[in-house]
Amino acid sequence: MIEAVLPKERRPQERINDFGEVVSTYSEEEALKEAKRCFQCSNPPCILGCPVGIDIKRFIYQITQKDYQGAYFTIREKNNFPSICGRICPAEYQCRKACILTKKGLSFASEQAINIHFLERFIGDWGIENRIDVLQNKNEKISKFKVAVVGSGPAGLCCAGELARAGVKVVVFEGLHKLGGVLRYGIPSFRLSPQILDREIDYLAKLGVEFVTNCIIGKTKSLDELFIEGFHKIFLGLGAGVPSFLGIAGENLCNIYSANEFLTRINLMCAYNFPQFHTPINVGRNIVVIGGGNTAMDAARSALRLQKINGISPNVTVLYRRTEVEMPARRLEIEHAKEEGVNFRFLVQPKEFIGDENGFVKKLICLECKLREPDSSGRRRPVEIEDSEFEVKCDLVIVAIGLLANQILTKVTPQLKTDKYKDVVVDTETMQTSIRNVYAGGDIVGGEGTVIEAMGMAKKAATHIITGLKRE
Amino acid sequence: MKKNIKVVIKVFKLQFPILQCRFLAMRIVNKDIISHYNDICIVRLEVSAQDISKKAKPGQFVVLMVCKEGERIPLTIVDNSPEKGTITLIFQEVGLTTKLLGGLREEDYLYSLVGPLGNPTEIKKYGNVILIGGGVGIAEIYPVAKALREEDNYITTILGARTKELLILEKEMEKFSHKFYITTDDGSDGKKGFVTDVLKEILTDNLTYNLIYAVGPIPMMRKVSELSNPYNIKTIVSLNALMVDGTGMCGCCRVNVGDKTKFSCVDGPEFDAHLVDWDNLIKRNSMYLEKEKHICNLLK
Repeated sequence: MIEAVLPKERRPQERINDFGEVVSTYSEEEALKEAKRCFQCSNPPCILGCPVGIDIKRFIYQITQKDYQGAYFTIREKNNFPSICGRICPAEYQCRKACILTKKGLSFASEQAINIHFLERFIGDWGIENRIDVLQNKNEKISKFKVAVVGSGPAGLCCAGELARAGVKVVVFEGLHKLGGVLRYGIPSFRLSPQILDREIDYLAKLGVEFVTNCIIGKTKSLDELFIEGFHKIFLGLGAGVPSFLGIAGENLCNIYSANEFLTRINLMCAYNFPQFHTPINVGRNIVVIGGGNTAMDAARSALRLQKINGISPNVTVLYRRTEVEMPARRLEIEHAKEEGVNFRFLVQPKEFIGDENGFVKKLICLECKLREPDSSGRRRPVEIEDSEFEVKCDLVIVAIGLLANQILTKVTPQLKTDKYKDVVVDTETMQTSIRNVYAGGDIVGGEGTVIEAMGMAKKAATHIITGLKRE
Repeated sequence: MKKNIKVVIKVFKLQFPILQCRFLAMRIVNKDIISHYNDICIVRLEVSAQDISKKAKPGQFVVLMVCKEGERIPLTIVDNSPEKGTITLIFQEVGLTTKLLGGLREEDYLYSLVGPLGNPTEIKKYGNVILIGGGVGIAEIYPVAKALREEDNYITTILGARTKELLILEKEMEKFSHKFYITTDDGSDGKKGFVTDVLKEILTDNLTYNLIYAVGPIPMMRKVSELSNPYNIKTIVSLNALMVDGTGMCGCCRVNVGDKTKFSCVDGPEFDAHLVDWDNLIKRNSMYLEKEKHICNLLK
C-alpha cells in the first residue's frame, strides 16, 4: 500500500505570525501520486458520501490521465466552487469517511483514505490558474426572466451561478458591504484565501450576475417590493448568522465576544491591522474559547495569531464539554490548532463569568463533566459532576457554541412559514417555501450545516426555478 | 495619517464603480456645521439614499462606513425625504470615524450605508408626553417629537446642552412642543443646570404623564430613569451601544435588560429605561477607549 500523499504545510512557528494560508495546494506530481492510489472501485462509496454526489471516481481517474480540464468539468457538474470546498469541506465526515480505505466503524476517515478534498482543491485551483470557465448553457426561452437572490453566502452564490449559466438575469442582494457571506466574515484567510473567493465572485459577474451590497431584504426592501420591481422568482440564502450565547451569569462582561463578532472584526473589518484599519479588537493574555466546532477552531487560531502579532506570548485554551472524539470540527483544524500551540481542555462546562472592577472578565468558573449515553445528535451526552467546580483565569473569552437562523426577513414576512428553530420551511423536493415563487436553501433551511450542503440545496432550488421559468 | 486617509478617500472615489451610485447613491448632497464651540463640532449631513429614505421611520438608524478601512458605526436617522430620496444625519465629532465623516464635503461619497435598522418608535396617542434630549441626543428625539405631535400628544420638551452654542434644533423642537424648557450647564441659555433638574420639578406638579422619551449621554438617561421610576411613568430610552454589523449577527451591542440579554440593533435601540443595566452599558461602551485615543492621536 502506498502512503497517502499530504500537501505541504507552512511550519507552525512561521504561520502563526500572519493570516496567510496554511496548507498548500498539491503540486502536479503530488496530485498524480495521490490520484493513483485510488482503487477506482466498481461501486464507489465515496460518491454516496458526498452531499452533492460529485463523480469522484471519474475526476480522480481523469487526474491520473492528466486530463485536468476534464476533471474540472466533472466536479463543476455538481459543485460550482471546487477551490472553496476543497479547502473547507469536512471531507473526513463525508466522502473520505465513505472511502473503502477507511476502516469500518470509525467516526471519521482513516489517514489512509484517499485525500479527495486535496485533489478537488488541486483541480479547482488549476481551473482558476488556467482561467477555465464553465460555459453558459443559455436557454433563450428563460433569458427574459429576472431572479433575485437574497444573501451572497455559499447558497446564494451557488444559486446565482446556476441561474446565470442558464441565461437567467440574476441580482444578488447582500446586507454587508462586502460579498461572500460567511465565506468572507466567518472563515479566516489562513483557511480560505479571500482571493479565491474574489475570483469566484468575479466569474459570476462575468456571467452577468449583478451584485447589490448594503441592501438588507426585510429592512431596505421587502419581498413584495422585489416582486413589484419585476423579479419573477426569489431565492433566500439568509444563513444562520445569529450567535448563541451560554445564558450564564456574567456573559455580557467586557471582552466576552461571540465567535461571530471576533471573526467579523478580524476577517471582514481587518481589525488585526489596526490602526491602518479603524475597527478595534482587544487581545488578551489568557484567551479562552468555548466550543468544539470549526468556528471555535477558527476563533482560537485567529486569537493566537493576534497575540503573536501584538507581541504577546500565545496562550489560548479551548474548553469543550465533550472529548476530542466528539468534537464536530474538522480533524485537520484540530491538528493544526494543536500544532500551533492552542491548548485543549475537555469535559468542561462553563458556569459563571467573574469580572474585575472595570467590568472586564477575569475568570471563568467551570464544572467538570463526564459522558453518558448518546443524545439525539448521536454524540455522548455530557453531564456535570457535582462539586467539581474549578476556575480558569482569563482576560478574553470567545463563545463559539453555535449559530441560529437569521430572522431579519422572516420576522417581517409572516407568510413565510418557519419551524420552531425559526428556520424556513421548504418543500424538500423543490426547495420552494410557503410563499409561491420564493425558494430557500443553505443554513436558513435545517440549521447550521456545511458549505457543500448549502450548495447542494441551492443547486436543487436553481434546477426547480429554471424548470418553473421554462413552464411560464 | 490624516493626509493618508484623505488620499485614500480620493483614490477610492475615483475607482468606485458607477454601480454603487445607481443603487444606493450614498452621496452627500448637503453639509452644515450646525454648532461649533471650542474643539466641539456638530455636523448635519443630508445623504442621498433612495431606498432608506422611503422606509425610514422615527427611532430607526443606519450603519455607515466612511472609507474602506473604516469602522461601521450606527447613526440615528434624524429626518428623511422620500421625494428627494435623502436622509439626514446629525452627529458630534468625537472619535476617529465621526471626525472623518465630518471631514467629508458635499458631493463626497460614503463607502457604505445600510438601513433603516432597528425597530421604529411606537408612535400613537399616549396623552401627556415628556421628551428629553441631551447634547446631540436632541437630534434623535426630533423625528419622534414630530411624529408624536402629529398623533395629537401633549408635548413637554426639555433640551439640555453644555452651553448655548452647543444647543441644536431648539427652534424646530419648540415648534412641536406645548411646553418647552432649555437648560445649559453654564447657564448661557435657559435654566442653569441639567435637564434632570427641570424634570424633577415637572414631576412634582401633580399632572399625569403617560410617557417619557429620553435620548442623550448615558448618565443623563440613567438619571431620568431614576427620577421617573418612583412615579411609575413608562420611560423609553434609545441606547447607543457599540455595533459592528447592526443586523444581529455579532452581539457586540448586547445589553442587560431586566435580566435578559438583548441586542440593541435588532431588539432595540429603544428599551424600557427602568430595566436597563446602566453600569454594564457604560463599561461595555468604554471597552475600546484606549484604542480610540490611540487612533485619534495618530490623526493629529
